[in-house]
Amino acid sequence: FAGLSDISISQDIPVEGEITIPMTSHIREFDSSTLNESVQNTIMRDLKAVGKKFMHVLYPRKSNTLLRDWDLWGPLILCVTLALMLQRSSVDSEKDGGPQFAEVFVIVWFGAVTITLNSKLLGGNISFFQSLCVLGYCILPLTVAMLVCRLVLLAEQGPINFMVRLFVVIVMFTWSIVASTAFLADSQPPNRKALAIYPVFLFYFVISWMILTFTPQ
Amino acid sequence: MAAVGDLQFEEFGNAAATAAENPGATTISIEGPGESPTHQAGLPRGSGGEEDDELLGNDDSDKTELLAGQKKSSPFWTFEYYQTFFDVDTYQVFDRIKGSLLPIPGKNFVRLYIRSNPDLYGPFWICATLVFAIAISGNLSNFLIHLGEKTYHYVPEFRKVYNSLALSTFTIIVNPRIFWKAVKQGQIAIGTYSKQNVQMSIAATIIYAYAWLVPLALWGFLMWRNSKVMNIVSYSFLEIVCVYGYSLFIYIPTAVLWIIPQKAVRWILVMIALSVSGSVLAMTFWPAVREDNRRIALATIVTIVLLHTLLSVGCLAYFFDAPEMDHLPTATAAPNQTVAAAKAS
Repeated sequence: FAGLSDISISQDIPVEGEITIPMTSHIREFDSSTLNESVQNTIMRDLKAVGKKFMHVLYPRKSNTLLRDWDLWGPLILCVTLALMLQRSSVDSEKDGGPQFAEVFVIVWFGAVTITLNSKLLGGNISFFQSLCVLGYCILPLTVAMLVCRLVLLAEQGPINFMVRLFVVIVMFTWSIVASTAFLADSQPPNRKALAIYPVFLFYFVISWMILTFTPQ
Repeated sequence: MAAVGDLQFEEFGNAAATAAENPGATTISIEGPGESPTHQAGLPRGSGGEEDDELLGNDDSDKTELLAGQKKSSPFWTFEYYQTFFDVDTYQVFDRIKGSLLPIPGKNFVRLYIRSNPDLYGPFWICATLVFAIAISGNLSNFLIHLGEKTYHYVPEFRKVYNSLALSTFTIIVNPRIFWKAVKQGQIAIGTYSKQNVQMSIAATIIYAYAWLVPLALWGFLMWRNSKVMNIVSYSFLEIVCVYGYSLFIYIPTAVLWIIPQKAVRWILVMIALSVSGSVLAMTFWPAVREDNRRIALATIVTIVLLHTLLSVGCLAYFFDAPEMDHLPTATAAPNQTVAAAKAS
């Protein structure tokens, strides 16, 4: 270190130059890329995301797509469709024993929130909205079952009619459970998987019961 | 200044040996996370439930009290506080359910299965399943009973199931005044439902209220007696909630089997369920009141069993229509046959 002690800056070396910041127009254009796009682009992008997730539910493989990019559009569409289809044609609400629109909504969302809270309390490392997203999307098979049941009910009623509907609802119910288990099971600690899956089973069972006992009058 | 050769690590592994050699030295032993004796009470994970039985004979009430105090250390507004109530594994929940189904005289449910790790998972989900089981089975059973009647319009009465949880919980918690007004007018605040459905909501609310308020009253009573008479065994509030919740499990298969519309079968089922769950409760609380005045002890046990009987018989009789009209081929007693014949003609 001794050798550096006699270095000094001589007075006659000019220290000058230009310091400029490049224009920021580049950056602003980059930021607003999704704001400036056309509405059609935005909608198509969201629809494609929803459609991709529907495919994931119909062919459940262990993948992280549903969990990573969660959205609640799909569950909303499914819930509204299911609630609309569970309406009856009769205006007389006194005799009407079936669920009203608001009841289906509250059952689905309240049930999903309860299951999410339960899995988080048990120590699962899934976020609140990710879990809502998975549970909502996995109602898709049951919505399909509702569609099929409504079509089957157009034919004459009887035990065969009931058997067909029962079979369809049972198949779709197992499909829902398998799909949601494929996505949710990995986020739970290994010795508590059954504890976290049982409420999901109860939830889809109640929805299946609603679908099975639907009779348009 | 010390030479380089003197700078060596000295082994401080054996704190006891060091303490023995050098009485004046202070020794601190730091154990690894897995070996800490203050870890969760008696729950070696993955080793099954057999080890729990080994500790049954020990009077580890002191240790369990200490550990119970150490467990709930988070303040009540954090999420972690509530996570401590769900700190159970699958095999533990199954063991507790098994314990509630097979009451063994002399073995205490709380000591054997709960061991100062009460959970809220069991009571909550067992009550939820019970509410749905009763509503759905009642529905099915009424459908089967009235199957032959042309005038009976099958109404799924889904509102029973829906009302039973969502509405009653929400409305009572959010605004009890509105709930009471709606009850008096025969409707619930959110929509217009028939009087029957209001009664259904009340009935299902009773199950959840029973699972919380009766343990509260019992706990208060036991604490009061504890201050007068020194009892060895005292239970925390959550442990009592746990016992009550798990003791309701037997009613789930009972409710499902009540679909069978035979009076004799139904009475036998209710007797079995009542004896099993009543004996679990009685055997749990007998050690807590044993030291007390004999009359008070007996009165307590009798009250517990009586309330349990009221709940079970009341709920089942309320949701399930009486099977007096037998359109099924298998007839029961002679009076029922004549009634069925009169209706069929």
